[in-house]
Amino acid sequence: MALKRKDILGLQEMERDEIELVLQTAMSFKDILNRPIKKVPTLRGRSVVTLFYEPSTRTRTSFEIAAKILSADTSSIAPSTSSVVKGESFKDTILTLRAMRPDVFIIRHQASGAPHFAASLVPESVINAGDGMHEHPTQGLLDMFTILEKKGRIEGLTVAIVGDILHSRVARSNMWGLTKMGAKVRLVGPKTLMPPEASSLPVEIYTDIEEGLRDADVINVLRIQLERMKKGLFPSLREYTQLFGITRDRLKLAKDDVIVLHPGPMNRGVEITPDVADSDISMVTTQVTNGVAVRMALLYLLLGGTGDADAS
Amino acid sequence: MQMLLKGGRVIDPSQGIDQIADVLVEDGRIAKVGTIEPMPGMQVEDVSDLVVLPGLIDMHVHLREPGFEYKEDIWSGTRSAAAGGFSGVACMPNTNPVADNRSVIEYILCRSAEVGVVKVYPIGALTKDHKGEEMAEIGDMVDGGAVAFSDDAFPIQGSAMMRHVMDYCAMLDVPVLAHCEDLSLSNEGLMNEGLTSTILGLKGVPREAEEIMVARNIMLARLTGCRLHICHVSTRGSVELIRRAKEYGISVTAETCPQYFSLTDEAVKGYNTNAKMNPPLRSPDDVAAIKEGLADGTIDVIATDHAPHATEEKETEFSIAANGMVGLETAVGLVISELVVPGILSIARAFEKMTTAPAHVLGLDAGTLKVGKSADITVIDPRARYTVEPATFHSRSRNTPLGGRELVGRAVLSIVNGRIVAKDNEVVA
Repeated sequence: MALKRKDILGLQEMERDEIELVLQTAMSFKDILNRPIKKVPTLRGRSVVTLFYEPSTRTRTSFEIAAKILSADTSSIAPSTSSVVKGESFKDTILTLRAMRPDVFIIRHQASGAPHFAASLVPESVINAGDGMHEHPTQGLLDMFTILEKKGRIEGLTVAIVGDILHSRVARSNMWGLTKMGAKVRLVGPKTLMPPEASSLPVEIYTDIEEGLRDADVINVLRIQLERMKKGLFPSLREYTQLFGITRDRLKLAKDDVIVLHPGPMNRGVEITPDVADSDISMVTTQVTNGVAVRMALLYLLLGGTGDADAS
Repeated sequence: MQMLLKGGRVIDPSQGIDQIADVLVEDGRIAKVGTIEPMPGMQVEDVSDLVVLPGLIDMHVHLREPGFEYKEDIWSGTRSAAAGGFSGVACMPNTNPVADNRSVIEYILCRSAEVGVVKVYPIGALTKDHKGEEMAEIGDMVDGGAVAFSDDAFPIQGSAMMRHVMDYCAMLDVPVLAHCEDLSLSNEGLMNEGLTSTILGLKGVPREAEEIMVARNIMLARLTGCRLHICHVSTRGSVELIRRAKEYGISVTAETCPQYFSLTDEAVKGYNTNAKMNPPLRSPDDVAAIKEGLADGTIDVIATDHAPHATEEKETEFSIAANGMVGLETAVGLVISELVVPGILSIARAFEKMTTAPAHVLGLDAGTLKVGKSADITVIDPRARYTVEPATFHSRSRNTPLGGRELVGRAVLSIVNGRIVAKDNEVVA
């Protein structure tokens, strides 16, 4: 089976069987990461461009490592080092890069929808590496991969996503992906950081952390940003920690075998206490490893690979 | 020179006329409405099965000249108006330089006389550079020909400043056209706040950002006695506030635009920048309320907020795309398709809101077929069916989310001062 779409723009538009295909393919690619020689020729001669309009270390590096392990050539463009600073439009930047004949564009942009616009301009594949407050589909996929790996299933699990839901593309991608896979999703956070009409989404909404965590199988903790406080959305990091911080004590409300995810970078002592972050139920570094496997799977599938092919 | 419009259904809301009749135009003026036999030398236009109206007036248009001629100018904008069935347009002052002084007002009038094909009524800015800080020379602009005053999309936030300009405009007996938006609440939002904005991850503008300022401006109209006109009403709450203000006898009128009774925020899905505007497209419930407000007379006027933008200002990331859509060439079709065909408004009441009503708000000697008045006449075919094709627009810009939409009803003849300026979507002036 192959992936029947040009672009990966969001999990809202992906079908369950497509998500399953990506996760399944990522499983076999993860083995490559544990080999001494981390290189397969699968995408030799293919060209991948990463175009990041927002600072990012882990996502960009993860994509580049994924592409390189598959033997694709990568070029990375950051706006500060390109003609964007000379006032070139996003459209012209995309068309210019396209003229250099890449096979895949990987785009992160602060504007929601920018990867969709790029995808409408080029016949090549576009992968959304995070757009504004919209989606971060590869993060959603790697979170699901991590849950599947640890729990053996996603169907029937209760996943609490805690924090700044309003501004979070990670929350949106997790919500769409997890609900399609049969999980029950809770959004937990202060009302000021909850998106409008969230109750119309296929989720449960909690503003009380203890109710939100009760009997959860998975807790996905979002990064809280200091600038939200400056905009008057909550009074202080101290109070945020008091009301919504993930602590040892609060974990007792969840299932005994709960796991904790965080997309990083973490604010230790704010949204998550250091002892939780460093405990063996914390999946933070596992998520990073799995991110490479998931991105390898996506590049492979978008460039024509099928799920049954031998990854080696 | 005589022209006879023969056999049409003549509707003149200013005189309560709705009957099959002929209209005789002589020397640029309405000479007679009734049964008129053609005489040798008369230009005769057969308008049987068509509707003859006073020339349509769009009281909310951005002609973009001076300063933004790459989007539109008086030459192209008035041709777009003529093709869409308008014989007069009032143009907003957010040009460069801003129309905040008599020189720019006079420039617009001179330029319109030179290259325009429909009448142009300039609107002056209320404050210098529409910054909301110092009052513009409103009195001098009135003498120079400005018909109304507005800071439009740069709405005055300080209530004291708004009170001063409204007091001043009350003294001069000119209307204040208010774009109602609490900028601290809309806070750079990009679309209507709701489920669609949540799913798209676009910052929303709550309805209350409009309604708070509608309420404030109504209070200030009560305080100052100023003739307040609320621009482009887009929410149920605004309709309710205006309805109540009218019940209290406060001097307030209101307009909406075809987009606010024809489209919802779902049009933004897929990050369609042509559906980005301010105020934003709202929910189905708001659309229903706008229609109720039109039907019960709360909303007096239908204007377009014709807002041309160049392709590159729309073919971009949603967050930095320009606000607005062109509207002059789709207004008649949307009014007939969305209001007249479904029976929300009779054809007479619908077009009253595009003729007599805007003329009344702006104090224009127009919007009527009374004998002796300027022969500004629009003839529409209320049964014409067609597909909106932006490529055929006369506007310099193409930014509309309506491309491909099937509409019923279009203007077939636009007459200004007794001269045909557009016929069957061709500008002939």
